[in-house]
Amino acid sequence: MHISHWFIARQELSPAKNKGLAIASFLLPLLIWAIVSYVPFVWHPMMKISDIGDVDYFQVDMLVDKATFQQELTNMQAEGKHLPVATPANPVYLPAPHVVFKAFYTAFTTPPQQRDGLWLHQSLWQSIQVIFWGFFISSLIGVPLGILAGTYTVIARVFEPFIEFFRYLPAPAFGALAVAVLGIYDGPKIAIIVIGTFFQQVLIVANTTRKLEYSLLEAAMTLGTSKLKLLKHVVIPGILPDLYKDLRILLGWAWTYLIVAELIGTSSGITWFITQQARYEHFENVYAAIMIIGMIGLSCDLFLAWSGQKLFPWNKQANKQ
Amino acid sequence: MGHDMKNNSNSTEKDYLNQSDAVKSRFEKLKNREVILEVKNLVKVFKSAKGETTALKNINFKTHRREFVSVIGPSGCGKSTLARILAGLESHTGGEVLLDGKPVTGPGSDRGMVFQGYTLFPWLTVKQNIMFGLKMNNASRDEASREADVWLELVGLDKFASAYPHEISGGMKQRVAIARALINQPRILLMDEPFGALDAQTRAKMQSYLLEVWRNIDITIVFITHDLDEAIFLADRILVLKAHPGEVQELIEVPVPRPRSTMQFNSPEFIATKARLEALIHPAEEKSDAETPIDTHMIRFVNVEDNVE
Repeated sequence: MHISHWFIARQELSPAKNKGLAIASFLLPLLIWAIVSYVPFVWHPMMKISDIGDVDYFQVDMLVDKATFQQELTNMQAEGKHLPVATPANPVYLPAPHVVFKAFYTAFTTPPQQRDGLWLHQSLWQSIQVIFWGFFISSLIGVPLGILAGTYTVIARVFEPFIEFFRYLPAPAFGALAVAVLGIYDGPKIAIIVIGTFFQQVLIVANTTRKLEYSLLEAAMTLGTSKLKLLKHVVIPGILPDLYKDLRILLGWAWTYLIVAELIGTSSGITWFITQQARYEHFENVYAAIMIIGMIGLSCDLFLAWSGQKLFPWNKQANKQ
Repeated sequence: MGHDMKNNSNSTEKDYLNQSDAVKSRFEKLKNREVILEVKNLVKVFKSAKGETTALKNINFKTHRREFVSVIGPSGCGKSTLARILAGLESHTGGEVLLDGKPVTGPGSDRGMVFQGYTLFPWLTVKQNIMFGLKMNNASRDEASREADVWLELVGLDKFASAYPHEISGGMKQRVAIARALINQPRILLMDEPFGALDAQTRAKMQSYLLEVWRNIDITIVFITHDLDEAIFLADRILVLKAHPGEVQELIEVPVPRPRSTMQFNSPEFIATKARLEALIHPAEEKSDAETPIDTHMIRFVNVEDNVE
């Protein structure tokens, strides 16, 4: 394809091309990572010692700055002593791709380092539970309230100004308070996710409800729909596909609150796993864990998008995607 | 200016008042039928931050059972507002709207409405859309389903019963909307520029189709449009409004005999009625054209020898 064709505004691409580009969007960062990791003259600011020579404080497999190594090398040369040998390397916090990929497997097979510690899959399950309950409790109140506020102006005026204010209060700021009220285990963590999600949720759902074409309500009224039936038979079915989409996006937000929430009280879940691994400098496990969060999030979203198409066959827009 | 034109014009301008005997007796019969809708001194004032605007001023008219009334007027004459007030979707500032002698206070199933924008429920199939009104009025599912089947056949959409609105064409959508409104057996059907979004061909088909429906069902129709041909072709009487404020200019009795067909577009009665409507509605347009006259001496951008005419 000629390069000028790339810059046609909002052009439609064939499904094959779309798929190819989607794969490329993942391969591109991977490629950069691989280049930085495997091509010795790209970055590699450290030297990994393989022979300590006569430098007394060097150790095999030790990482030193390039400048330090050069300094010691010239020192040894000047003194005519045995020279140290080393190869260029990246810092410990940037493991190579193959190391991280191996960690995907080993992270699940390695037993916890502490006796009362959790396996990776146990940590993940803990996190998923916190997310689920946080999002569920928030939606249980937030969705009905949002729909009512979007339909009835009085309810909107009563609730929305305060919610508008409250959503600017950072959820993690309530951490200490949540611990004082709800203890140190899952309670405060779920509370943080609820606080982080609920207020946005009410406003977003109310907005979506307001976007429902008013003419549909009018049409229903001229067909003899009573005030109460209007909500059940027109408003709710009318916004369902958009509501579903909103909840998909909000679920993504709930995930972003997870890490902060898990640091509150006794740290737990995937965050606990990550901080433990970082403490022991197993950065490949840290990367693997972060990527697993991303993969769970993405596959969850893709699944919801796919089932949305099946659930709402009348939704032209969603079916086009 | 407009007045001079009216007074000095030749006799053909008044031809629309000449009715053949058949037409005359039809109108007599029509006026003997009971009054379905009566609008008395209707006033609508919109209040905004900028002040008050009178959208409708002292509107008076009566509609008899099984009459077909068109409402026509320049844009901004408040014809849509009138339809919305009749439907009960908008309140009025003064006067009265009486349906079968009872004042209209809000929307109800006794007044069906068809909107320009179709307003079908996208989450319901064609059949479920048609059933909607019955279900809202507490009919049983079986009864609603049976009724809807009858209407599906009547609007010729039985093959599309389980299609969703986004899968059918504009003309079909509007047929569904008509069936959906009529299944409730309203006293009156209000149509607010229902064919405005359709292409010319579909529009012509829908007009004939609507007359067919009207002929076969006990329904009174108030049809809002800005298309002169459409108004004449469909209506018994045409309510002509003028803009700023919206007032009744004239209630014209269409002298074109029924049954109507597209052949009548060139009949003398049709042409005379159209001439009258144009005289009533166009002066306003001439004025607005005068404000931005089109310059006939345009700068030429092409070669002198490069002529297209």
